[in-house]
Amino acid sequence: MADLTTNIGKLVMKNPVMTASGTFGYGEEFSDFIDISKIGGIIVKGTTIKHREGNPYPRMAETPSGMLNAVGLQNKGVDYFIEHIYPRIKDTDTNILVNVSGSTVADYVATAEKIAALDHIPAIELNISCPNVKEGGMAFGTSCASAESVVSAVRKAYGKTLIVKLSPNVTNIAEIALAVEAAGADSVSLINTIMGMAINAEKRRPVLSTVTGGLSGACVKPIALRMVWQVAKAVKIPVVGLGGIMNATDAVEFLLAGASAIEIGTANFIDPTITIKVAEGINDYLERHGFKSVKDIIGQLETA
Amino acid sequence: MRKYLLDLTVSSNEKLSGNYILMKLTSEEKLPEMLPGQFAEVRVDGSPSTFLRRPISIHYVDRNTNELWFLIQLVGDGTRKLADLKKGDLLNVMLPLGNSFSMPTAGQKELLLVGGGVGTAPMLMLGSVLKSLGCEPTFLLGARSKKDLLQLDKFEAYGNVFVTTEDATYGEKGFVTNHSILKQKKFDKIYTCGPTPMMKAVAAYASKNGIECEVSLENTMACGIGACLCCVTDTKEGHKCVCSDGPVFNIKDLKWQI
Repeated sequence: MADLTTNIGKLVMKNPVMTASGTFGYGEEFSDFIDISKIGGIIVKGTTIKHREGNPYPRMAETPSGMLNAVGLQNKGVDYFIEHIYPRIKDTDTNILVNVSGSTVADYVATAEKIAALDHIPAIELNISCPNVKEGGMAFGTSCASAESVVSAVRKAYGKTLIVKLSPNVTNIAEIALAVEAAGADSVSLINTIMGMAINAEKRRPVLSTVTGGLSGACVKPIALRMVWQVAKAVKIPVVGLGGIMNATDAVEFLLAGASAIEIGTANFIDPTITIKVAEGINDYLERHGFKSVKDIIGQLETA
Repeated sequence: MRKYLLDLTVSSNEKLSGNYILMKLTSEEKLPEMLPGQFAEVRVDGSPSTFLRRPISIHYVDRNTNELWFLIQLVGDGTRKLADLKKGDLLNVMLPLGNSFSMPTAGQKELLLVGGGVGTAPMLMLGSVLKSLGCEPTFLLGARSKKDLLQLDKFEAYGNVFVTTEDATYGEKGFVTNHSILKQKKFDKIYTCGPTPMMKAVAAYASKNGIECEVSLENTMACGIGACLCCVTDTKEGHKCVCSDGPVFNIKDLKWQI
């Protein structure tokens, strides 16, 4: 067995596999299928200061090797999470992270402060990249100045590990990552979904109620890999890679591109046991190539 | 209820009249407990056009032969690939998913099960369970045409069957809500599954006549277990997942304009 432990700032993980926010509920939904404590980290559903109903149905469209979603951060708000959900999941023997989203800087800060008080949540993932909400969300993640302002404000209020989730819907993602690093983030995760759309030609109507949505799944992997590689070269903080990871080989590719950990998203819908399979598959890869530790392959892509 | 991820073996895959198949699946292990109204998420083959699982409602579970039945309408790439499966092929399924139809209360004697098109599928299992509880369910099944009427002999084993077809090729002409049985008999509870306009018409009839009514919804789904929040429907308590809070809803909880 190779050493699969990896670090994201102060956060130590038993393996580099995490679950992408919004694709794994609160973990409990998957516990009939797997022992969720074997996952390196569980990032729970995007949480906002107040209850959000999300967008109207239809919110999902299957596309070639992927899917569009326009859920729009449906959640019952941070107070509900703290009172009702946190007590149920806090003793899971793995890292439970909360994905924090908001419409204003003050919202982000207030939510992060409330989460900071929870002993069993060692880190947050700050979502400045949701393409499916009208105000805030991705708007914060698509300019260096706004990204820096929200991350700086949350950094002051939040002392534990702060991961910032980046939007791929930008011209130069490495610049955004550098701005976020300068603002005090401990890590960046990327990519969130890519804005796309689907049309029903017969009905001459968009498939999604919101017209546009976020694309995820196997089809986005080449874009995600490229962006992880670019960002990992640009920043000094650890990078968490995600986007279209369907199996262990995909995960290894992200590690080679420079990710210190990975997240699995859409693949959870197709195989609810995929997180465990990927963690095992990374170990198999390391053993097969004679590496003692997953850290031996992070960023070890040979381009010369 | 515990959910399972299983590789089941196709024991038969029969083409029915019209554009439908009846697939039977089995396992060396005893099939898990399943309730009427629940469904499975089926992995087709993961090709580009069948990337996500397909939700398929549980048509019937034959405990004597340890077989799970799916009644499937061929509508797209996924269902067409399911039609190509042969005896002995494996099919990966997540099940049982969702809630189920609620059993009648002691005072609810006359039960009407209304199915439209492939929406008749869960009514067979529901009818069999109700029959086993000592009820005499009445089936009202609607279809476009005679060739779209499926499994009539199977339904007849569990209760009286009444039929409407839109083209008058079988039973009474028109929609299920036009059938004369609705004027002849007073029902205490109605269960329905089928196209949304049909279910809304049935719900309107139930509501007007003060009859309790449960509908089984089918929204576009990804995960099937309440994690992605894609398949929501509007309820009086806000958005709820059809996959995990449903697929069965009491019409009094929905925000249908009926």
